[in-house]
Amino acid sequence: MADNTTKQRLSLIIRGAVQGVGFRPFIYRLATELDLVGWVNNSSVGVFIEVEGDKDQLDTFLRRVQTENPPRSQIQAIETQWLDLTGYKTFEIRHSVSGEKTAVVLPDLATCPDCLQDIFDPHNRRYRYPFTNCTNCGPRYTIIEALPYDRCHTTMKGFKLCPQCQAEYENPLDRRFHAQPNACPKCGPHLELWDQQGQILETHESALMATATAIREGKIVAIKGLGGFHLVVDARNTTAVQELRKRKQRPDKPFAVMYPSLNLLKEHCLVTPTEEALLNSAECPIVLLKVLSSNFRSPLTPLYKGGNIRKEGEISPAVAPNNPYLGVMLPYTPLHHLLLAELGFPIVATSGNISDEPICIDELEALQKLNQIADLFLIHNRPIFRPVDDSIVRMMGGREMVMRRARGYAPFPIMIKSSPTHSQPSILAVGGHLKNTIAIARPPQIFLSQHIGDLETPAAFEYFQQVIASLRGLYDFNPQLIARDAHPDYISSQFAQEQNLPLIKVQHHYAHVLSCMAEHGLEPPVLGVAWDGTGYGEDETIWGGEFIYVTEDHYQRVAHFRPWRLPGGEKAVKEPRRSALGLLEAINLPKTSIEKAFTPQELVLLQTILKKHLNSPLTSSVGRLFDGVASLLNIRHQASFEGQAAMELEFIIGETITDKYYDFLLSSSTPTVIDWSPIIKAILNDIFCNISLGQISVKFHNTLVKIILEIVKRFPAHQIVLTGGCFQNRYLTERAIEQLQQHHYRPYWHQSIPPNDGGIALGQVIATLSKRMYINDQEV
Amino acid sequence: LAHGGGGKLMQQLLERMFLPTFGAAKSIPHDSAVLTLPRDKIAFTTDSYVINPLFFPGGDIGSLAIHGTVNDLAMSGARPLYLSVGFILEEGLPMETLWRIVQSMQQAAENAKVQIITGDTKVVDRGKGDGIFINTAGVGIVEHDLVIAPQTVQPGDIILLNGDLGRHGIAIMAVREGLEFETTIESDSAPLASVVLELIEAGVKIHCLRDLTRGGLSSTLNEIATSAKVTIHIDENVIPVREDVQGACEILGFDPLYVANEGRFVAFVPQESVDKALDILRSHDQQACIIGQVTGTSQAKMGLVTVQSKIGASRILDMLSGEQLPRIC
Ligand SMILES: [Fe+3]
Ligand SMILES: [Mg+2]
Ligand SMILES: [Zn+2]
Ligand SMILES: [Zn+2]
Repeated sequence: MADNTTKQRLSLIIRGAVQGVGFRPFIYRLATELDLVGWVNNSSVGVFIEVEGDKDQLDTFLRRVQTENPPRSQIQAIETQWLDLTGYKTFEIRHSVSGEKTAVVLPDLATCPDCLQDIFDPHNRRYRYPFTNCTNCGPRYTIIEALPYDRCHTTMKGFKLCPQCQAEYENPLDRRFHAQPNACPKCGPHLELWDQQGQILETHESALMATATAIREGKIVAIKGLGGFHLVVDARNTTAVQELRKRKQRPDKPFAVMYPSLNLLKEHCLVTPTEEALLNSAECPIVLLKVLSSNFRSPLTPLYKGGNIRKEGEISPAVAPNNPYLGVMLPYTPLHHLLLAELGFPIVATSGNISDEPICIDELEALQKLNQIADLFLIHNRPIFRPVDDSIVRMMGGREMVMRRARGYAPFPIMIKSSPTHSQPSILAVGGHLKNTIAIARPPQIFLSQHIGDLETPAAFEYFQQVIASLRGLYDFNPQLIARDAHPDYISSQFAQEQNLPLIKVQHHYAHVLSCMAEHGLEPPVLGVAWDGTGYGEDETIWGGEFIYVTEDHYQRVAHFRPWRLPGGEKAVKEPRRSALGLLEAINLPKTSIEKAFTPQELVLLQTILKKHLNSPLTSSVGRLFDGVASLLNIRHQASFEGQAAMELEFIIGETITDKYYDFLLSSSTPTVIDWSPIIKAILNDIFCNISLGQISVKFHNTLVKIILEIVKRFPAHQIVLTGGCFQNRYLTERAIEQLQQHHYRPYWHQSIPPNDGGIALGQVIATLSKRMYINDQEV
Repeated sequence: LAHGGGGKLMQQLLERMFLPTFGAAKSIPHDSAVLTLPRDKIAFTTDSYVINPLFFPGGDIGSLAIHGTVNDLAMSGARPLYLSVGFILEEGLPMETLWRIVQSMQQAAENAKVQIITGDTKVVDRGKGDGIFINTAGVGIVEHDLVIAPQTVQPGDIILLNGDLGRHGIAIMAVREGLEFETTIESDSAPLASVVLELIEAGVKIHCLRDLTRGGLSSTLNEIATSAKVTIHIDENVIPVREDVQGACEILGFDPLYVANEGRFVAFVPQESVDKALDILRSHDQQACIIGQVTGTSQAKMGLVTVQSKIGASRILDMLSGEQLPRIC
């Protein structure tokens, strides 16, 4: 044996995102290069390593582990221990061991450039193989059944590796070393094209070609992808897109589009370098891009009446009616790459579900549920273990803002500052009602689930329960506390109620503010501007235009919009005209300006129920204020999807520029009440004076920003958080950021956590940890 | 109507109004009625009626007080026989109003084939009542061996509804709030005993019966799902709702499935009894129909009721906590 004085043994435990990212081969190569012996293995905690060798080499090893780790890995912690020599002869990769489950499950990763090269190389054995992947790319979260991340714990367990794939899998120097979903045409999953009866029409390559033909012919094809089914049509074909709208019962809500290439995409949309990087990233989200002005049409112009008005190759206006933005993405699996390369034109790729239900993941389920929608089904036999939608990102204030956090992002944990002084409980937060996500918290890690959706349907509720069960299972997690929204009628609240665990109710807008504070690691004092459509307030009215001041040990609603009544309650969400009527009624203005939006009988009845306070709850919601203004401007009286009126009010700004705003009144009471009545009166006057809608809309947006500036002056906080669904509005958010910065405040807005209710679960966790909750409502 | 006249008034009411109709209780008992019941299994219930307005299209507080208690007895499959009536009258209630109500009660009792055999009247000071409050208690006999209760409900049971939904709640609201709809919507208030007894006599193996009063169909199904630990699925497309009721609900922002009824019930019956049951229900109301079924058992404490919507996917028909506050963000 060599000189024992200079040789030592180093034991390491590395925690974080270190599995399924080529971490062990990296360790193997590094150890071998440095002439170290020992072993590495995966456990459910993380990666265990033991290396023996010269002290210098071991130091180098330790340094390079932290500086040269694989691109997709993320080291959260390294524990080291120096030990006596054991006398290893070689360096080997050992089998995984189980234990406490704290390792991080990785999100799915878009196809890497190497694999892309493989599938388009006629000499490669994976030429045109739709299920190609390696340790740098491919499915993860969608196929993982349990930790540690080994093939036997994935939906690939049914596919036995062929000798060639097995060899790659075992070779530490191969890109596919321990690539769990490794596969090739010989041993892996394959495609099949089914008709509506589930009869196999074609398989393998011909299934792909027949699908391309069908799409070219204007057919609607349900395609099983990575995290679920897409419904796909030719995005240029208005008839096909409209047929899809009709069958999906989705009249206006924009569809996402998948482009064959960045080059073509750039012909249609404005792409900044940051957006280009985002489109090409391993997360590969849907990115909301501004459509190039030559393709831009003003809202309110009927776009697709009278057939084909587009230039050749341009996408159909029916894809995103009246919308200057387009949700676009690039192919992110070999299947999508092959299909799009074959087609050469953009396709609509919208969630394969029936309205409000979760995305279908199983071919038999899809066959049954999408039977009335899809003409054909392109399926494959690699099971999807859990549905994961496409994520949606847009640029906001020069940075990425995740609006729907799913594929590529979930379930990557959010790290929070954990205070070592008191032990922190494990928490399950069940989120809100719309755009629901759930979170499990084991400080300092918080695992925020993928986008689950609106908990309106039994299928969504079931999915919600599955996500909870599955995250609990993956991480062997038993909550000691449950956090829920304060709204008693959320199905998530009712679910929380029956769990036999201590329960914390978290006010909706407080949760919004905390979610944004958490992602920026902000310490109080913070003034939160929480503006959205609807949230249950602590006074049992509907909040949504709130200023929440957060200090070390309490939080307070310090300002809000003047409450008014929404005739018909929840109906007002679908009908902006009701918000308008409520506004006018609250300040006794004549209804002449919106008369035409109602039948005479409706108008009389709604005014009566407003006067009698019958099913007309009070609200301070800015989302509804947007609705009301959109209706007063005759832009939209009835909405077919959430936020439609507010979006159209934003879009009508177009290129209009002005710094003008409307006057408003602030009370001297606590909380400050923001009286919007002068705004509404001035808007009506502007309408009367034929001021352009764009001009009125800008002035309205500017007014809201001015309100923020006036309110923040009243409090000693310099950190201003902008949160809630209203801050998906780009004009509002960017102007607020700019103005706040000009006045030497530090504005914070959402980036990795959605500003909408997708962030509520995270806020609920923080509320529970911070013990800043309102004690009266605590229940055990 | 003056304070303190209660006892004498009751005597008059019973003698003038109720006695001529009902032979059985000829002598008005001073303290209590003494009954001889033909069976030893009896059903007994009580309910108090407080409603504004006192009169509404399709009924009034009097008929409602009879139907409500008769229906409660009917929902256990009992044959209602006797009722007691207690009035709490506010000083100043016009005597004419009282007589109208009493006459309506008499008519309703007659239709429902029950006898009012004892009663009480109190008059309270002006401002301490809302015109008139009525309490009725009822006794019925149980002539069957069925266990009509949520516990008997099983997966596979078919759910029948005896008519259209939502009229009572909307009718009351229209009058109370002065809402003018294009047509006058009449309450569905009606006694349900005879149709239930017909079902039992025809040998329909009823598992559960429930009238759809406060909270409407939705609350009722949720309560049953929770206590029976089952899941229920219904189809909104087949549930009869009159066009005017539907229209009113649309405008007011109500869901007809949550609106109160006073002459509607659901029956949970096993598959083999469906045809027979439906025939009988239809002989009373053509709109009676199958609305859904018990789809399975549920481990959750919260019973799950789902409904196939008129458009698109199914939705969860949840139990709401009072005022329907918007949930949508
Ligand atoms: Fe919200
Ligand atoms: Mg009762
Ligand atoms: Zn790869
Ligand atoms: Zn192979």
